[in-house]
Order: sequence, then structure tokens, then C-alpha cells
Amino acid sequence: MTDLARWQFATTSIYHFLFVPVTIGLSFLTALLQTSWHRSGNPELRRLTRFFGVLLVINVAVGVVTGLVQEFEFGMNWSAYSRFVGDVFGAPLAMEGLAAFFLESTFLGLWIFGWDRLPKRTHLACIWLVAAGSMLSAAFILAANSWMQHPVGYAINPTTHQPELNNVLALFTNPTFLWGYVHVLLASLVTGCAVMLAVSAWYLRRKVEVEAFKRAAHLALIVLIPSLGLALFVGSELGVVEDKYQPIKIAAAEAQWNTCQPCSFSAFQIGGGKHDMTPTKVIAIPDLLSFLATNSFKGKVVGLTPLQQQYTKQYGPGDYIPNVFIQYWSMRIMAYLAAALFAFALWGAWLMRRGKLALSRWFLVLAGWAVVVPFLMNTAGWMLTENGRQPWIVQGLMKTTEGVSSSVSTTEIWISLITFVLIYIVLGVADLVLMMRYARRGLPDEQAVSAPGEGELPGGALPEMAY
Amino acid sequence: MLALHTLWFVVIVFFWTGFFVLEGFDFGVGVLHVVVGRNSEERAEALESIGPFWDGNEVWLIVAGAATFAAFPGWYATMFSSLYLALLLVLAALMARGVALEFRSKLDDPRWRRAWTWATVGGSALVPLLVGVGLGDLLAGLPVNQSHNFTGNFFDLLTPYGLWTGLTLLMLSLLHGATFLLLKTTGELRERSATAARRLVWPAAIAMLAFVIWTRAIAGPHFPSPLIALAAIAVLAAPYLISTQQAGWAFATSAAGMATAVVSIFVALYPNVLVSSTNAAYNLTVSNSSSAKYALTVMTVVAVLFLPLVLLYQGWSYHVFRARIGHGKTPADPTPPAAAATTEPTG
Repeated sequence: MTDLARWQFATTSIYHFLFVPVTIGLSFLTALLQTSWHRSGNPELRRLTRFFGVLLVINVAVGVVTGLVQEFEFGMNWSAYSRFVGDVFGAPLAMEGLAAFFLESTFLGLWIFGWDRLPKRTHLACIWLVAAGSMLSAAFILAANSWMQHPVGYAINPTTHQPELNNVLALFTNPTFLWGYVHVLLASLVTGCAVMLAVSAWYLRRKVEVEAFKRAAHLALIVLIPSLGLALFVGSELGVVEDKYQPIKIAAAEAQWNTCQPCSFSAFQIGGGKHDMTPTKVIAIPDLLSFLATNSFKGKVVGLTPLQQQYTKQYGPGDYIPNVFIQYWSMRIMAYLAAALFAFALWGAWLMRRGKLALSRWFLVLAGWAVVVPFLMNTAGWMLTENGRQPWIVQGLMKTTEGVSSSVSTTEIWISLITFVLIYIVLGVADLVLMMRYARRGLPDEQAVSAPGEGELPGGALPEMAY
Repeated sequence: MLALHTLWFVVIVFFWTGFFVLEGFDFGVGVLHVVVGRNSEERAEALESIGPFWDGNEVWLIVAGAATFAAFPGWYATMFSSLYLALLLVLAALMARGVALEFRSKLDDPRWRRAWTWATVGGSALVPLLVGVGLGDLLAGLPVNQSHNFTGNFFDLLTPYGLWTGLTLLMLSLLHGATFLLLKTTGELRERSATAARRLVWPAAIAMLAFVIWTRAIAGPHFPSPLIALAAIAVLAAPYLISTQQAGWAFATSAAGMATAVVSIFVALYPNVLVSSTNAAYNLTVSNSSSAKYALTVMTVVAVLFLPLVLLYQGWSYHVFRARIGHGKTPADPTPPAAAATTEPTG
């Protein structure tokens, strides 16, 4: 029952988070494109803005509707959790709606339909507000999630035994939130850049609109490199924060059963997992784990076995060790892919500097494949974060098994799980078909940009809307 | 002094009302666009009238849910887990129509178009119906035990009053969509919208009247008579305004009718938020399901800061897109519908 509800939450939120980072990243990049068009007046930039704007809109549609599912799911599947934590956890969600969702959706509507109806400057402000709204929304949801990782700013009510908010600022100064939020923002920029780079590379390879897409590819690389570099750094700092507040999460990610000081980092291992405490560590880099977990090469990392003993003493008998296999590999998949992508981006920058970006067939082909990488990284990152908190739904306060809706039957969860999976498959296929078609359709004609629909349909009906 | 949890009850009623008054017409348009639009361009025009708005309107539903979570966790938990399968359908319908509105027009393939058109129609009809059933159930009562857990099954959700509430909100959404189209379209589309409004207004008025009387019967004498008067005025005025094609007033009236219906449910409900049909002692109330004072105070500050801002910029977006859609564009206003080139480049 709990497993099923967890599967459902994992499936729906992972799926949702395929679209969210694209929205955040691409809205920011589209805003940058439009700003540079606004500054330079170069019509090519306007065409690029519109082109990537369509990809953004297609993506937002799925992101929004899958977000609705997440919002409802707390109450539907996790009502015991919702009742228990609503006093604290509900606030950031409500703030998200009021401060971010309204902003994002209203100004997206204004931006899509306002190209020729709004003054240029106002219209530019709209896309920036969309970007701001999407980033703001991530802030609130990350604050809520960080509270589950490291609860702060609350006191337990002595009569109801439930956490009650007593310091809202603490939610937004929670170290887990601060580092986690910046990490997510940077990862989203990376994702958006990878999408932009892949699309541009596709055109460059075919020598279509070379000048325009060279610009887009350059922009993507220029944003990608610092974002990814910072994401690596911030992610590693987040690891230090987590080692402080959720040491068992980090110990599990390193499959570190015994306390060590200093600790070597296992780059690769065969076997391992929750029931295999002696995996074959293929490469062990001395002292590196100490540094990653504590910022000091001589730092101490407490192992899983002593932590389990400590938690048993503190919270009573139980299994407090998350799935070590998932922890170990999600952390490595994320980090290794990030390193590979970083190297790839540096290669791109080198080509760019030498003016050969559009000529390197290898780079352009690989850029098309590299787009998959950030999605894998994002998913692995969330698995690391969420799986590492288990068996807790709120670290130290409530176990996941206690959070589910007692009134909801296994059958009902099966029905909803299957429904969501089916709908998500259809949405995913439709989204992919549309994205591919539009991505390959090319830049809008200048003529079409200045007078959409003219001469195509009687009465200036929208070609967009027409059957 | 107004207790904070009562204030938040009012805020949540405001969100639900805003949701139905705003998204109500885009649900209506979602269904009616196949009725008033006979061919591809006409249907596209009808849908264009809600293009810039529907997404922002839907946020009202999200904040209604999220505000309930924050201010009344107990209510949110019991309501959402009780209405499980109904909400699953609501989600499926919302997803279908949300994506359909964005995707439908973006490929030329007739099968693609047809599929998304029917997703728009089906989704737009199902949401007000099902959410209406859910809201009606709050008042009609659900089998809820002492620990506020639902003990029934799917069929317990189909209370007669709940079903009637759903039907009423669906009819009102359709009417509201028709008056919106009357306000926003021109030419033949406007003619057909007027016909649709004329045909819908009587069934909607009757449903509404019966609904208010039924609600008054459940609530008893403390149900405020001004609400009944307001409903009566809306019911009487709407047919006249529609037959004389005073679009602005007709739209205002359907909006008022919608608002009256939604507010009626909650006024009858207060101070309960979810009635237990098992035992009145197990009712969820504003006081036994609310968050503590600090959280409510924080949320109040946030609402005071952001809600006026939201109303301001959403109002502005309605102002920007106030022009009628389609053929009737005056030469002085040659505004080409904007998204065209964005979404269907000819290159």
C-alpha cells in the first residue's frame, strides 16, 4: 500500500520534473533572446525568440497539468501526512499559488497573445515575469521539500502532537533549501541550454539558417558552462549540508558502513546494496569522500551501522537505512554525467572560440544526444534526495508508512496509478511529436512574423488555431 | 473580531467563487465551441476568445486547493482522500483539456485535431460537473468517522444534492460560456452564441432556482435571504438580457448567478467545512480542522500582499484582450492575432 503510493508519487513527480526544468531554463533563455533582440533590433533574434517560445509553450502545457496532479496527490494519497504537516508544509504551497502560479500563467498568456498588442517593452517584461514566476514557484516548492529533509521553524503542539509553524523565515533560510534551491535552478538552466544546443546543432548540421542557430548555440554554451560548473560546486556543498543534517543519506550514497576518518571515495564498485556490506570497490580515491562530505580532507564520515544503532536508540526499533544501491548509483550517475557534460561543453566552447562550432560534425551529432543527459541527471538527483530520506517522509518526525491515506484502498491507488501512467504516456508521445515537428519546422518567416496569417486564411483567422 | 479561521474560510470561498466565475466561462466555451463553430476557422475563433485567459483562470482552482491545505489541513486531507476517484477524474479531465487547448491547433493532421477537440469538449464538461458534485457533497454529508477518515466508497459520493450541485454548476458554466462568446465574437458566431444562450438560459435558471431552494432547505432559516433574492434576480434578468442581446449585462448576470450558487454552498455549510453523514459530532468545522494562529497570520499577510496584485494584473490582461475576436475587426484595429506566427511559422 505504502509502496504503491510511493510508486505513484515517484512516477508522477519524476515525470513532472522532466518538464519543469525545461520551463525554467527555456523561459530564461527565451527572455535573454528577446532582450538582445530588443537591444539590437536584429530581426533574426526576434525569429529565434518566437521559435524557442513555441517550444517553451508546448512544454509548459504538460508541465502545468502534471503539476496539478502533484498538488492534489498530497490530499488524495497522503492524507495522514497532509493532516499532520499542513500547518507548516501547506503555507509554502499556498504561497506558490498566490505569488508564482498566477504570475507565470497570466503573463505567459499575455506574452503568447500579446506580440502585436503590447508595447515592445511591456511585452519583453512579460517573458521576464514568466521566467521569474517559474523560478519563484521552484523556490516555494523547494522550501516545502527542504522542510521534509530538515524540518525547521516549527514546534510540536503538546496537545495535538503535530508540528506547528512558528518561524516562517526559517523555512526560507533553511540551509538545505538555500543550497538545494540554487542547485535546482542551475540544473534547470543546464537543461534549458542542452535543449537549445541540441535544436541548434540539428540545424547547423543541415546548414539551415546557420547564422541564426550559431547565435543560439553560442548563447546556450555561454550559459551552460558557468551554470553547470556552479551546479557541480553547489551540489557538492549541498552534500556537506546533508551530511550534517541527514548523515545517513550521505553514508548510504557512499555505501559507507563503518565510520571512517579520513575516508576514501569509491568511484566504482561491484555488488553492494543493503545486504552486501562488502562490495568490491574497484577504484578508491584516498581522502576524497572526507572532502566531499565535510569540506576537509581529514573529515570524519559516520557509517551506516553506527547511525542505525544511534537512530534505533533515538526513535525506537526499525530499519533506518535507505536503499543503498539506489543512493550509491544515483549519486554517481548524476555526478559522472555532469562531469561528462561539462567536458563536452568545454569542447564546444573551444570550437566556438575558434569559430568552428558549425563545422564540427562530431560535436553537432553528439549535441543531439547530449540533450538526454540533464534529464537523467535531474532524475538521479531527485532519487538521491528523496530515497535518501527514507524511511522518513519528514525526517525524524513522521515515517512514510504513517503518511498514507487510510481510507484509500489498494484498488483505488492501482486505478489512479494506471490512469496516470496511461495519460502520461499519451501526453509524453504527443509532446515529443510536437516538439520534434516544431523544432524541425524552422524559424518563422520574417513576413509571417510581421503579418501572421495574412493571405493564408480569410479574415485573418489564426493559422495557429485553424483546422 | 473576526476569527482568523473564519477569515480563511471566506478567502477560500473567494477562491472557489473566482474559479467558477472565471474558469466557468472557459469551460462553457470549451464545450460550446463545437456548437457555435461549424467549421475549422469558426471553432478556432471561438477557442481564441479564451486563449490568453484559461491558464490563469485555472490557477484559482490550484490556490483554492493549496489555501485549504495551508489553512485547513484537516479539511484538505479528508476532502481530497474522500473524493478520491472523483478527483482522479477531475485531474484526467483537466489534463486532457489543458493540453488539448495548447496542442490541438498545432498540427494539421485531422485525426490529431479531432482527438484534441473532443478532449476539450469532454474535459470542459466533466470538470464543473465533478467539482460541483464534490462541493455539494461537503454539505450533503459523507460517511466520515471520528478520526475524520472517510469510510464509504465511490457510490457514497453520488449524493442527490451533490449531483444536483454538479448539474447546476455545469449548466451555469455552459450559460456563462455562451454569454462570454456573445461578448467576444462577431457575425455568425455571435448569432449562434446568442441562440445557444437563449436555449441554455431557461434550463440553467430552473436548475439554479431548484438548487438554491434545496440549499436553503438543508441550511434552514439561517440561510441569508439576500442570497435567495440575488438568485431570483439573476434568474429573472438573464433571459431578458440575452434575448435583447445586451452582452455585457448578460455576462455580468451569468457571472453573478455563478457566484451566488458557489457562495450559497459555503454559506449553508459554515461553520462546518465537511458534514459527516455518520454522526454530526464528527463534522469537520472551521475550528477543528484549521491550522494554528501563527500559520494563519503568515498566510494572511501573504494574501494581503499578493491577492490585490493578482487581481490587478489578471484584470489588466482581460483589459488588454478586451477586443472581440474575428471578422468584425475594424480597420482601425488590424491587430493580427499574435500567437499565429509564434506557433505556425510558414517557413
